[in-house]
Amino acid sequence: MIRNEDSSSLNTQLDLRANIAGVAFKNPIVMASGTFGFGKEYAKYYDINELGGISGKGLTLQPKAGNQGTRVYETASGMLNSVGLENPGIPSFLEKECAYWETLDTARIVNLGGNTFEDYVTGAELIQQDADRRSDSGRKAVDMIELNISCPNVKEGGIAFGIRTCDARELVRAVRRATSLPLSVKLSPNAEDVADMALMCQEEGADAVSLINTISGMKIDVRRRRSVFNNLYAGLSGPAIKPIALRMVHQVAKRVEIPIIGMGGISSATDIIEFIMAGATVVQVGTYNFMNLRAGEDLLRDLRQFMIEENIYSLDEIRGIL
Amino acid sequence: MGTVISNERLADNVYHLRVGGEYGGEMGQFYMLRAWGAYPVLSRPLSIHQVSDEGIDFLYHVVGEGTELFSQLTPGNSINLEGPFGSGFPAVTGRVALVGGGIGIAPLLYCARELPGSDVYLGFSREPYRTEEFRSHAARLTVDVGGLVLDNVDFAEYDHVFVCGPHPMLKAAQLKGIAAVTAGSTVNVYLSLENRMACGIGACLVCSVSCKDGQRKACADGPVFLAEEVVFHD
Repeated sequence: MIRNEDSSSLNTQLDLRANIAGVAFKNPIVMASGTFGFGKEYAKYYDINELGGISGKGLTLQPKAGNQGTRVYETASGMLNSVGLENPGIPSFLEKECAYWETLDTARIVNLGGNTFEDYVTGAELIQQDADRRSDSGRKAVDMIELNISCPNVKEGGIAFGIRTCDARELVRAVRRATSLPLSVKLSPNAEDVADMALMCQEEGADAVSLINTISGMKIDVRRRRSVFNNLYAGLSGPAIKPIALRMVHQVAKRVEIPIIGMGGISSATDIIEFIMAGATVVQVGTYNFMNLRAGEDLLRDLRQFMIEENIYSLDEIRGIL
Repeated sequence: MGTVISNERLADNVYHLRVGGEYGGEMGQFYMLRAWGAYPVLSRPLSIHQVSDEGIDFLYHVVGEGTELFSQLTPGNSINLEGPFGSGFPAVTGRVALVGGGIGIAPLLYCARELPGSDVYLGFSREPYRTEEFRSHAARLTVDVGGLVLDNVDFAEYDHVFVCGPHPMLKAAQLKGIAAVTAGSTVNVYLSLENRMACGIGACLVCSVSCKDGQRKACADGPVFLAEEVVFHD
């Protein structure tokens, strides 16, 4: 133990790096899809290149206007959202946002949603073709695809694939065939058996699994005697879901060999440590971005501080120790 | 971190908060305010009521957990402000009407100061508040209690009408603007929308507004929109 050195020199010796299927993460802090746009908005407040990575707003083949009516409602220690995958569509993303992503020095993850089986596959193909074109001229905008089979807020697609393992298998297989980019599958806590789902993803060639997406929830306006959300149910996120997320990451870690991108309610450095101890390779931070505009910067500083205090030099020392 | 200078009750559930420090912003922009740690998880968007040498002022109506916590603030308490955010009212010239309903008067005092000579129309369901502050800047002040403040406004008399108030009032203002233009007026009607927000900076899309050219963000593209651009669904 190097107890005599000051913390600044210890700080430079800390190893926060992680690697998933060849994608290098500077540190385990990745911003979660749907909470971080495509990064630009937060880049005004801190250097997002200091992050391990960002997962962009969920994309579908066609542009989507998203859900009408109330889209967010606060709950005890959390929030419900019903955005409904509002997004510009994959072609628009590739044309308009990827030029910015090319300039980023952080792991760039495209979150891929879809209405139908064919939409997902065509979307993956477009992303692959774009990556190939950029690669020909020595450029890169996308490091990984995160296949979202777990959005609770759209009627077709999304969660429809994410409940039963048998329904998801064909999709994961087809998307795996459609792209050679590193692939993570984002799993729903509403799945019948999340560990079984993760194991299927491993069998079908996914490089990682991301979990958990939001938990399906509800809020009733008792005076109007109706759901707050036009879509009836909405996705619960925030610190309220962290214990469930952590348990699921742990269960999945016990069943699969592939890396886990863990998330659900992370709002402190010790939350990150918990997920890594439960078996996550990197983590994603979502709702906390709304609690703290400079979440990434603050979490990274606090994580380093915690590692120094606990004499942890590499996160490998504690990963999956439970 | 800002420090609360004063937090005064103006009427039933309506408060006037002043936070010390050098905070800027334009007419109709807003700040995300947070006077607590982790919970409630979301900060609260409040539009700029006015800025002065003493600090920045906000008006708020206590409607839920966050504003309830605001109402308990006392001078010297800390409060976190992020902003200014959003796209506010344009700096226009010509004949201007400022029309506020209830707590919707909040962003209009700043407009009244920036656009002296405007006609100001303030509507309240019960007790009026802050009317004297408007009077000193307005060419003409109309205060309506218990009625529909828009009924007092002839849109055709103006080049620009700025409106902030409850949802039905915004929809009515849009219709009045369309009617005036159909009758030959060139009036531009601007609406300040109040949607629930999470990030406040245009990343999360929970405050999305349907507009003629597609979805826009109340927090970043708004909260002020040209009335003719907005598509109301309910």
